[in-house]
Amino acid sequence: MNSLIRSTAAELAAKIASREVSAVEVAQAHLDRIAEVDGAVNAFLHVDTEGALDAARKVDDDIAAGVQVGPLAGVPVALKDVLTTEGVPTTVGSKILEGWVPPYDATVTRRLKEAGVVILGKTNMDEFAMGSSTENSAYGPTRNPWDLDRIPGGSGGGSAAALAAFEAPLSIGTDTGGSIRQPGAVTGTVGVKPTYGGVSRYGLVAFSSSLDQAGPCARTVLDAALLHEVIAGYDPMDSTSIDAPVPPVVAAAREGANGDLSGVRVGVVTQFSGEGYQPGVLRSFEAAVAQLKQLGAEVVEVSCPSFDYALPAYYLIAPSEASSNLARFDAMRYGIRVGDDGTRSAEEVMSLTREAGFGPEVKRRIMIGTYALSSGYYDAYYGSAQKVRTLISRDFEAAFATVDVLVSPTTPTTAFPIGERTDDPIAMYKADLCTIPANLAGNAAMSVPSGLSDDDGLPVGLQIMAPALQDHRMYRVAAAYEVARDAALGATVISGVPQLAGASR
Amino acid sequence: MPSISRDEVAHLARLARLAVTDDELDLFAGQLDVILQSVATVGDIATADIPPTSHAVPLTNVFREDVVRPSLGQQQALAGAPAAEDGRFRVPRILGEEA
Repeated sequence: MNSLIRSTAAELAAKIASREVSAVEVAQAHLDRIAEVDGAVNAFLHVDTEGALDAARKVDDDIAAGVQVGPLAGVPVALKDVLTTEGVPTTVGSKILEGWVPPYDATVTRRLKEAGVVILGKTNMDEFAMGSSTENSAYGPTRNPWDLDRIPGGSGGGSAAALAAFEAPLSIGTDTGGSIRQPGAVTGTVGVKPTYGGVSRYGLVAFSSSLDQAGPCARTVLDAALLHEVIAGYDPMDSTSIDAPVPPVVAAAREGANGDLSGVRVGVVTQFSGEGYQPGVLRSFEAAVAQLKQLGAEVVEVSCPSFDYALPAYYLIAPSEASSNLARFDAMRYGIRVGDDGTRSAEEVMSLTREAGFGPEVKRRIMIGTYALSSGYYDAYYGSAQKVRTLISRDFEAAFATVDVLVSPTTPTTAFPIGERTDDPIAMYKADLCTIPANLAGNAAMSVPSGLSDDDGLPVGLQIMAPALQDHRMYRVAAAYEVARDAALGATVISGVPQLAGASR
Repeated sequence: MPSISRDEVAHLARLARLAVTDDELDLFAGQLDVILQSVATVGDIATADIPPTSHAVPLTNVFREDVVRPSLGQQQALAGAPAAEDGRFRVPRILGEEA
């Protein structure tokens, strides 16, 4: 295997900046890898070969001309297909936007381009980010590089699988209920949901506006931090963007790598254990907690009783916001149009288009949201869910009064087989059990691999949660843990991913 | 007793502008019933004294400077339209037969 594709983003950036290797060579190595393995993985919906090579060439020219470039200049990234890219198709994994070419860049896209980060293409996802397995994509499921018969998590399964398959060293995800962290956990990669408002939502096709948050995905904690600092920051184009400095996450990751967590108070969330949790996942989690203690952290148990109600609250709030947000797909201004034969009214064409363009999970959620917001049911459903949201925020506040970060497993099980939960929405929703509270409260949370489950040999994720705008705290803990974990295993977790068929070198 | 009937699901689909098929109605009616019964547990702890939270960040009245900024041109705005005519979005008739 070409060593370039196994390198970290930090290593690649250093080699490119010192002209040991060109950005074009790095981009080409990853494009070759995509051509070689993506037929099996299906992480990408669109590969922008020309755009990537042009962007890489520009970085090489700048470096040759002595222009000061950013810390990730020339490093390739895979972008989740929920963020708009001017001139490059954006589908959100849905038939309703098939063939749509956005006329503008999302702020995340623009920041990546300005930093010289090379966008390889757009990654597969559950339609409108609604799902936990990427099986809801209208363009076929993404497969988990650890076992091609299993799901890579969702909704950002494409972004996570691209990392685990060494198709890209960095990727961007979005996390509404766990769509960055849960795919990270089941693919043995790092996924970060920054504080809500930390990364601009401008150009992020909206699912649930009060929860949606874009963030970095990578194979190492430091790489995620480097990408975090590229995409984060205040943006007047997003009215919920936080006008405050970006938390110093790169410095925190470097500090954490020194391996000392003395003085750090870690709270274990007692609710996220027991029935429904795979024994191997819990053992991996317990080993991770023991490791944090060895690093000097003070570990205590913390009870957050309302977290048990986060899942039902989420599956009311997110569909309610989605039913409103997705009303914009009306077959008039963009996207497909069905049944416009000159006899049908706009309303009929709209209904036929939405019927043909949306998949079953999107329809289910639109109808649940329509129901929860309707008069007569509003108080019992949406209103109650908003109150639960208050209680969850209070639980976090109380917890963070006594600890610096909270930890839990990222998801109750390892990657499940493709098709296992597609007919059972409630079983599918449970994949988000541990990740949802941080979306409802808006604080920062991330998943870092905690090794392999001893019962099935598949990756497990350790979730670390921090207060709003304290993203750096969790990076410090994650980086320290990553070093200790690799030392204990004698290797990185990701190095255990099987060689993919067709990848013979 | 189901919390939502097949007829109610058909009504929701009409409200949401989804021309669902009979087969889908059969499937969704059962699934929506299970989902709604499951999420209704929020009522167990949502007592009257708890204020609702609509948003994680308590921001109100975010203003921008009242200045002209570049925006999409007509061609760009129409480029993704399913149908355009004379520089505008072409849409099906907006009134039904009975109107």
